[in-house]
Amino acid sequence: MTQPILAVSGLSKRFERKLDVVERFARRLGAAVDDSVLHAVSGVDLTVAEGEVVGLVGESGCGKSTLGRMVAGLLTPSDGAIHWRGTDLRDLPPAGRHEANLKIQMVFQDPMASLNPRLRVADIIGEAPVVHRLVPRRNAAEAVAEMMRTVGLDPGYMRRYPHQFSGGQRQRIGIARALAVKPDFLVCDESVAALDVSIQAQIINLFMRLREELRLTYLFISHDLGVVQHISDRTAIMYLGRIVELAPTPELFAAPNHPYAKALLDEAPRVTLEKRRFAPIRGEIPSPLNPPAGCPFHPRCPHAMPRCSQERPDLREVAPGRWSACHLNDAF
Amino acid sequence: MTQPLLRVENLQTHFATRAGTVKAVNGVSFDLRRGEILGLVGESGSGKSVTGQSILGLVDLPGRIVGGRVLFDGEDLVTAGEKRLRAIRGRRIAMIFQDPMMTLNPVLSVETQMVEAVLAHDKVGRAEARRRSRDALGRVGIASPDERLAAYPHQFSGGMRQRVAIAIALLHSPDLILADEPTTALDVTIQAQILFEVQTLCRETGTALLWVTHDLAVVSALADRVAVMYAGRIVETGPIADVIQAPRHPYTRGLLDSVPSRNRRGVPLRSIPGMAPSALDLPQGCAFQPRCGRADAACSVMPDLAPDAHAWRCWHPHDADAQGAAA
Repeated sequence: MTQPILAVSGLSKRFERKLDVVERFARRLGAAVDDSVLHAVSGVDLTVAEGEVVGLVGESGCGKSTLGRMVAGLLTPSDGAIHWRGTDLRDLPPAGRHEANLKIQMVFQDPMASLNPRLRVADIIGEAPVVHRLVPRRNAAEAVAEMMRTVGLDPGYMRRYPHQFSGGQRQRIGIARALAVKPDFLVCDESVAALDVSIQAQIINLFMRLREELRLTYLFISHDLGVVQHISDRTAIMYLGRIVELAPTPELFAAPNHPYAKALLDEAPRVTLEKRRFAPIRGEIPSPLNPPAGCPFHPRCPHAMPRCSQERPDLREVAPGRWSACHLNDAF
Repeated sequence: MTQPLLRVENLQTHFATRAGTVKAVNGVSFDLRRGEILGLVGESGSGKSVTGQSILGLVDLPGRIVGGRVLFDGEDLVTAGEKRLRAIRGRRIAMIFQDPMMTLNPVLSVETQMVEAVLAHDKVGRAEARRRSRDALGRVGIASPDERLAAYPHQFSGGMRQRVAIAIALLHSPDLILADEPTTALDVTIQAQILFEVQTLCRETGTALLWVTHDLAVVSALADRVAVMYAGRIVETGPIADVIQAPRHPYTRGLLDSVPSRNRRGVPLRSIPGMAPSALDLPQGCAFQPRCGRADAACSVMPDLAPDAHAWRCWHPHDADAQGAAA
């Protein structure tokens, strides 16, 4: 197998909240208060091959965005390593790390919140390549125009501000900004979630065209199973900061292994001809401040066994290329 | 045939803005029978939410209902006074919003808010009001409702808050519930739970439901009938299975084709070109024609919606037997 473009191993992120003065005082008096630690991502292993699209699915609070932000270099991992083309980012000198980070860009969910409303489109797209000396300043306008054509925007609108564009066009600006520094890898965090269905389809098509034209690799984060099923080669499903199942997309959607994956796929709304009786899984996602012992899904799992509440199942290969973290796979 | 519970006739809600008049709702008509679930589907700016708000007279200025009638049980709500509307809102017609924090007061306990809602319409004692509130919480699947009554909205998760909002809507066993994107902000598993509760309740109590959403998938699983809105008008309406199976209006067809899971994996989606027109500057005739592959000279006149069960507003509809992307 060729070297993966990106490999993360044992990646974790903890957010800690220190006690304030009153709480520290209360503790001194014997009250049971502790620093609260939120385990957003715990020990995630994931490799992405060059040119691949990996979909990352999960419900709110499962840590999918935190994982994406660590990969994009926006958050520092608490533990674990990120390997870019075989090199541990921590081993690189600052200049090398800088270069690697430039190759991984991010496209955000809400283009209105991620574009500076007081900058013209030409500056939004053109600033980064000029700063990073990829494009000399005098050629910036040309580069911006080319980028805008790439994402299907009229370069004539270069002097406009973000608010003068529609939602779909703004998302194209966000994509052009990410592409302006010639990345190899895009982290798309819910990049089509805020768009109307017909516009969403246009942007999905754009992502797929860019993948071919620019040989991009994607980590495609979404809560929308239909979108991920459509665009990704492999899909990882996260629950409470861990990957619970990872498999080639067609196989995962045809026959999910993990009970959570199964529940999630069953309940995803689909355009159907028959009316459905909804038979939901019970309960809600536990707080990541206080995750359950053992398998994080066991309080909601219809197949939970005594073992599930004591021992956490590891993510293991249950069939070639298919990974699942569930004790049920040991029964056979 | 009995009279429908709700009949909306040629409803027109306009917003007078400095840039001109925005015809957010531009002649919308539909019926809703008791116990029926109607999905009102459209993209942002199509006027679906304003239609819902107009029914209850909740349109904010500069919006105004400038024409049409909203007949609820035979009574016109457009001409009804504010006092009369207050008697109907919450009691006979309840509303569920997308964001439950719009419904709930953050500084009052759930009990205070629910008891107040009961007492607003019924002359009962506090103990009785509390008992009804507790029962309503139990019905929407909230565990240990007695303890949860004392809690404040921030102590609930998003899905639980929406359940509380639904419980409040159910307090007076309304005849009609207007739900505006009530599950859009929720996670898939939580959304399924809410849909399950709503489906059960409508079946058991015979409450009619107007479900306003952009999500065709939810509507296809939940509704009896669907009305698709575009630029302030209903462009296609009919029994849900007919519309999904054989969409006649090119816009409906385009919407269905845009849903990723209905396309072959990895193949470019058949998206609708262009974007929705500005409501200030609608094209003459059919508002969809600039984006439509079938448009010709005839489309500069607005086609009418036939009074059939499955009707569409188009001069060049797709054939009934030509299957959409569903194949």
